[in-house]
Amino acid sequence: MTITETVRAPETASLQERVARVEAAAYRMRHHVLNMGEAQGQGYVGQALDAADVLAAVYADQLRYRAEDPEWEGRDRFLLSTGHYAIGHYAALAEAGIVPVDELETYGSDDSRLPMSGMSTYTPGMEISGGSLGHGLTIAVGTALGLRLQGSGARVFNFLSDGELDEGSTWEAAMGAHHHQLGNLTAIVDINALQADGKTDTVLRTEPVLDKWAACGWFVQRVDGNDVGALLAAFDSAAAKAEAEGKPSVILCDTKVGRGVPLLEDREKAHFMRIDEHEWQICREQLTAGYEARTASEGESK
Amino acid sequence: MTATTAAGPTVKTAPKPKLKTSAMIASFADPGQKTTPAPFGHALVKAAQENEKIVGLTADLGKYTDMHIFAKAFPERFFQMGMAEQLLFGAAAGMAQTGVVPFASTYSVFAARRAYDFLCLDAAEPNLNVNIVGGLPGLTTGYGPSHQATEDMAIFRGMPNLTIVDPCDSVDIEQAVPQLAASEGPTYLRLLRGNVPTVLDEYDYTFELGKAKVLRGGNDVVFVSSGLMTMRALQAAKELAAHNVDVAVVHTPTIKPFDAETVLGEINTDRLVVTLENHTVVGGLFETVAAAAARAGVAKRILPVALPDEFLHAGALPTLHERYGLSVDRIVAAVLGAL
Repeated sequence: MTITETVRAPETASLQERVARVEAAAYRMRHHVLNMGEAQGQGYVGQALDAADVLAAVYADQLRYRAEDPEWEGRDRFLLSTGHYAIGHYAALAEAGIVPVDELETYGSDDSRLPMSGMSTYTPGMEISGGSLGHGLTIAVGTALGLRLQGSGARVFNFLSDGELDEGSTWEAAMGAHHHQLGNLTAIVDINALQADGKTDTVLRTEPVLDKWAACGWFVQRVDGNDVGALLAAFDSAAAKAEAEGKPSVILCDTKVGRGVPLLEDREKAHFMRIDEHEWQICREQLTAGYEARTASEGESK
Repeated sequence: MTATTAAGPTVKTAPKPKLKTSAMIASFADPGQKTTPAPFGHALVKAAQENEKIVGLTADLGKYTDMHIFAKAFPERFFQMGMAEQLLFGAAAGMAQTGVVPFASTYSVFAARRAYDFLCLDAAEPNLNVNIVGGLPGLTTGYGPSHQATEDMAIFRGMPNLTIVDPCDSVDIEQAVPQLAASEGPTYLRLLRGNVPTVLDEYDYTFELGKAKVLRGGNDVVFVSSGLMTMRALQAAKELAAHNVDVAVVHTPTIKPFDAETVLGEINTDRLVVTLENHTVVGGLFETVAAAAARAGVAKRILPVALPDEFLHAGALPTLHERYGLSVDRIVAAVLGAL
């Protein structure tokens, strides 16, 4: 078997080409998410749709991995702290060729390798068991320290949610990463402004988020997490900063729950979004229509 | 750090020597007893010389868990995580995932109470080789409930995959460290630090992870003990001989997985069975032995020597060990009362 290494994007690719590649991946991933949600009749579809662009940017542009060998020692590590975003992560793993697309329909079923909350012991390519929120960044600090100690050039990405900023352990880890100057660590915070009990600013005010990370000594960028061009530029800046100063980086991504499907974008926001049986097909059609309209207009503007 | 709170009652006339709450990490060695300095720190250095994967971490308690010995010997393999126990153990799990073998130290209270979720999900569920080193287990400090980990084994016994070791002395610790490093999953060591008594070198004994060992035979009573209480058990056995009571001592330094076979073989006789542990009577050695006996259909009365199910007082260790029944005198009295 030929082992292929997926290197971020081809170095010769222009930003425009990289954006197109990531957007196409995100589009396919959103379809995977809707299909999984329909097969299970439920799931964290709203969050997976909001995070699809970020996850696509990671898997289709940033991460070095070998689809045939998910345990390859030299791989970059992507740590999903928010276990319930697993549905979105499975879509990314399918897009990356690590999990077969056919397997996605088993999401959340008995004996599936794709449980509702992501666990490292179940799924290839799933580095940690998330779900007890506030753990991911602490593990990521250790992963980054361990890799650096052993002379690995691999990078560590930790995906966490704005809700996890409520957890004190996240800030223990933020200080630890700065103290140990972990330039090989990038945190990605999905700010969808929504938590289990309601809007983040009514549950526990976390703003000003940017200032908090900056005060902890991180290189901070805040972008529209559904703007792929902005995301890729932020990843590029983070890598450059890490190279130059050895600082950990955080990319704060403001995202929209249900992104890409107007029916869900406009629905009352809920941690666990209710979608009726007949609505899944409508969601898919809206997703496709939106993507086609956008790519058509982008084609015209070229 | 020292404190000077008086522990005993104030006597106006003919003052007795006032026992003070000792330094936070008080020695429980008897005056004149043979001890070994920092056995854990030196054992970790020795293991690390042979195994380059071993790293050390602490949460602002390196000096108080003998981790400073390792930090000095291997500065590039030592990681100070600050007073942040959730980070300490989450990061230790992350490091273990990359193939290194972390020993992460703090006090047992903080490991068991504060960082449980991180140890459980990040280290134990993926069965990673994370080695927890907990100082001040049970009643080994006079600082009161904030520092006395009287229920650490009760907390940790419910955690799947976790191996729990309660060493008696410097011999146990020195021999346990390389075995903990070599064992696959997570482990918890109830650390004895500083000048640690050296006791088991006088017996035909080697530490084997997962094994209980009969240290001495006896016809009337069987002591089943772990941790520093094995030292007390051996001392009590000698004193009981003067009362014509012949006592056997079975040392069970591995609490989980528990060597039920050896222990049941010893307690399933006509002898009085006594468990001795530096831990609350709830959820520790006594209940481990009792459960093993009940499961095997061994109907025996078992007398527990253990800490009471309550928050303990602050004070000087000798005072507290006497008060709560861990002293040799109290053990001897308990046995004579039960015979």
